[in-house]
Amino acid sequence: MSVATLDLSRIAPAFTDPVRESQAVFREVMECMARPGRITRFDRAPQAPTGLEKAAGAVALTLFDFETLVWLDPALADSGAEAWIRFHCGCPLTTAGQESAFALVTDLAKAPNLAAFNQGDAKYPDRSTTVILQLPSLDGGPTVTLSGPGIQTTTDIAPQGLPQDFWTQIETNQAQFQFGVDVLLVAGDQLLALPRTTTAQIKGG
Amino acid sequence: MSTPVPARANAPERYYNYAYLDEQTKRMIRRSILKALAIPGYQVPFGSREMPVPYGWGTGGIQLTAAIIGPDDVYKCIDQGADDTTNAVSIRRFFANVADVATTEDTGEATIIQTRHRIPEKPLKEGQVLIYQVPQPEPLRGLEARETETRAMHAYEEYGLQYVSLYENVSTYGRIAATAGYPVMVEERYLMSPSPIPKFDNPKMAKNEAVMLFGAGREKRIYAVPPFTRVRSLDFEDYPFETQTWEETCALCGAKDSYLDEVILDDAGDKMFVCSDSHHCAERRAAGHVGPMAGHSLDQDAALKEPAQ
Repeated sequence: MSVATLDLSRIAPAFTDPVRESQAVFREVMECMARPGRITRFDRAPQAPTGLEKAAGAVALTLFDFETLVWLDPALADSGAEAWIRFHCGCPLTTAGQESAFALVTDLAKAPNLAAFNQGDAKYPDRSTTVILQLPSLDGGPTVTLSGPGIQTTTDIAPQGLPQDFWTQIETNQAQFQFGVDVLLVAGDQLLALPRTTTAQIKGG
Repeated sequence: MSTPVPARANAPERYYNYAYLDEQTKRMIRRSILKALAIPGYQVPFGSREMPVPYGWGTGGIQLTAAIIGPDDVYKCIDQGADDTTNAVSIRRFFANVADVATTEDTGEATIIQTRHRIPEKPLKEGQVLIYQVPQPEPLRGLEARETETRAMHAYEEYGLQYVSLYENVSTYGRIAATAGYPVMVEERYLMSPSPIPKFDNPKMAKNEAVMLFGAGREKRIYAVPPFTRVRSLDFEDYPFETQTWEETCALCGAKDSYLDEVILDDAGDKMFVCSDSHHCAERRAAGHVGPMAGHSLDQDAALKEPAQ
């Protein structure tokens, strides 16, 4: 994108009350990160521009800022969504997944492997990327059983449209703890979290 | 002379941003909280800010609360189990003031409980967040002064030194002598300081239903234990972990199973044992439980409500 020009008339509004709304969104994201598989809904989040949906937009507005290097899906390059994120979050963008604090994946067919992002440092595993994957839906897909910290016994989820070998990638990711990325699955106005501690088992698989 | 008109609670013109911290600081802390939850027991460094109270008064806990609190929350703050101590009252008023939240002493109805050195007696549930004020987040600091070294010890799960220290306790005192800040292992991976809670409270951390966040302001660290997470107090097969027990019961409510504080009453050495958790004790007394010294003048004091501002 040509940098200097940003056509403000074409940038959609973000939160009407950024303080209260980002707090409400964060609190839900926190509960989801603490309870993997729990699905939350951001029905009052602002409409995000084409290419992004409400939940992905709400997470970006809540967590991205000038301190976070963001890997934005090439499908969103030069789009209204990119301009919207650049304007409202003020975050630097990168094409190097290894360096990013957040990655926002929307083109699932071309989604990079989770291993392509920052896996963290042995002494600072918190420096790994948080990967946000935007899916068609968080239900209706094959059922997967989750267990691990934050889950009392097990919990079932059935997200739809995940990349081919996603659950194998999650298995590899979980096995290399304390390294690993943390994943947020979003669809429409819904979100669920898969931190690196969560074990996934495909039903009947 | 005109008297200044105080700003109304919800007035848009406040002297500080909602919940005191600026939005960028909150985002930074929020990101640290998410990583802390994803790596249970691991200490996430964060850019701790100057707060309007000195270090050691709960700056870490206050920053965590400020980053997560919203107007729909119900806030409780305890200091050594008590709702009515100076520190707890000040912090509770601070958030009533800067975050427009309802405050309570009732453990059951609180959504955020900030605590200094106790876990409430009443079991916590989903929807509640317990925020610990932590003076020293590094359990190994007493054994190894260098941060570069302790960080490597955590990275490579090199916890032999901690066990040697516990063994030295056994050889010197015949038991593991630590009674507060007793080290725990989280999900069999990270050694963690539970903050200086009495070891009586350690078992409550394991498989707790609430989200537990730990904040150390001076040391600039945040860590967390998600719900339903394994937390094990370190011990040896032949010297198993044990909690404190008392021969006495609470003098006011007669509780046999709560953590008791010893209170000296006069120069003659008279004393009483009372529940450290003031709300637990008050609730039991309201339910008709009577201890051996019920009706004592301290009984009324404990039921005092915070005066209206």
